[in-house]
Amino acid sequence: MTVTPHEYDFHTARLRLEAKVKSAGPKLGTLEDAVARIKDGDHLALGGCLYSRTPLALVWALLRRRPRGLSFSRNLMCYEGEWGLVAGAVDKLVTSWMGIGLPWGLSRIQREFVESGRVTFEEWSHLGLGLRYRAAAMGVPFLPSLTMLGSDLMGVGGSKTVECPYTGRTLHAVPALFPDVALLHVQRADRLGNCQIDGYPHMDVDIAHAASTVLVTAEEIVSEDEIRLHPDRTVIPGFVVDALAHVPYGSYPHECYGTYDSEPDHFTAYVDAIHQRGAAGVVDYLERYVYAPRSHADYLALFGDERMTDAAGRARMLTT
Amino acid sequence: MSVTANELLAVMGARELRDNTTVFTGVGAPMMASVLAQRTHAPRLTMMVEGGVIGPMWKPGELPVSTNEMRAAYRAQMLPGISDAFLLAQRGFFDVGFIGGAQIDQHGNLNTSAIGGYARPKVRLPGSGGANDIISLCREVLILTVHEKRRFTERVDFVTSPGYLDGGDSRRRHGLLFGGVSRVITTLGVFGFEATSRKMQLLALHPGATLEQVRENTGFEMLVSPTLTTTTPPTADELSILRMLDPKRQFIG
Repeated sequence: MTVTPHEYDFHTARLRLEAKVKSAGPKLGTLEDAVARIKDGDHLALGGCLYSRTPLALVWALLRRRPRGLSFSRNLMCYEGEWGLVAGAVDKLVTSWMGIGLPWGLSRIQREFVESGRVTFEEWSHLGLGLRYRAAAMGVPFLPSLTMLGSDLMGVGGSKTVECPYTGRTLHAVPALFPDVALLHVQRADRLGNCQIDGYPHMDVDIAHAASTVLVTAEEIVSEDEIRLHPDRTVIPGFVVDALAHVPYGSYPHECYGTYDSEPDHFTAYVDAIHQRGAAGVVDYLERYVYAPRSHADYLALFGDERMTDAAGRARMLTT
Repeated sequence: MSVTANELLAVMGARELRDNTTVFTGVGAPMMASVLAQRTHAPRLTMMVEGGVIGPMWKPGELPVSTNEMRAAYRAQMLPGISDAFLLAQRGFFDVGFIGGAQIDQHGNLNTSAIGGYARPKVRLPGSGGANDIISLCREVLILTVHEKRRFTERVDFVTSPGYLDGGDSRRRHGLLFGGVSRVITTLGVFGFEATSRKMQLLALHPGATLEQVRENTGFEMLVSPTLTTTTPPTADELSILRMLDPKRQFIG
């Protein structure tokens, strides 16, 4: 049983939100300013899904601060979860699935840390975790659902069932998950934090509403007028956002719908190093890609303009 | 022309799908099966994938390797959020769901979480993903898997995705009022579940496969239908569609 009362205490979460400044003013600052709001021990919910619209720039800036005792939750956890474990930053992972994808096999890092008992690994079904964020986004302590019933997953986090007060049927009372901080990457926002997402919505909006603090990076900062021209495209209102940073290629080398494709060859090289040297492969990777570059632009320079331009071309081809 | 394991699974999976229905599908053999059905006998089949994609028209040679990348959304009709996609299944909109698994038992329960004890497993596997939701929420589920003794075990080490649980009416007693596994399609044959005990039962052998082969590769006592049949081998048409979709043989092997 690994779910903590802090995660589903809707009353305290509501009071935290009531106390929060909900400004219509500017949120735009630096990537470093944004992650400075994260404290050791926080539960961080990451937006996107697997290698799609991952808030990698935020994770990158966060790990450079050498944080400790964090929890990461994400619907499908990609290698940012491996980074957190190997960097010694994360001691609890909450997800429905971990790996990069079928061609890259099992996550050796997940195996090493779970099999040796060095991480609390809390597994939900994909919808189960989605409903945890949804319940929190709705401000309630649980949501009734038909998913996960009868499976051994019920025992992992400590799920309870509830008898329906109307029909008498048994339902899974999926506990809310109110994260301390949401990390999100979107295609565009204005400086006030009004966010628009193209393509897959994933679970970002629920996560934004569920968290106490919301940190966003955007591919593009557009004018306030441009947002007002297409308000139907805005999915997160500015007053929900606490800090915003302008980070082009903020998910790279993961994909950002319509903007750039992922880099499967880069994933393969990353996994090959783990196959050869285990966690030391990730240690070296972090040194080269996370700790050594002095800015996110320096990180991107390790990939090079040519590669990034090609990834942008592929994305256009796949979405137009 | 020789047929690969995934081609066989895709063809046999496709044949189970009906026209004017909806399918919750995944990458790999389920995706190939769904597109094949759409391009043969089921043009009015709607596909959903778990990243939140309704009605894609995947590009031959650019098939997705994950359910939430741009290739999976190619020419889709709608991209709902992930929770909303699964909630359509909970509401009852999905006739069929496809899943696979590392371990499967005689009652169709699947394990994709851990081999050995759960807390400190011998092998930690990726986890449920959407498999538990699909098997809990779709009207019926088709399992596609390679037939190996280590996969076909009497009792899975961990029930990630509930089939008929302990058999009989135990699935229903746990609150799963709908759904269940209708077919397990393997590289050796097609299996159903006996109506009372809900134990796996061999219904048909693929051409060339034998009953002995099935028994040797199954770690539990397999029921055999009194009307055991043989499946029709994949046709040249079916195979050419699969090979046109996946010219680099990334998924069909």
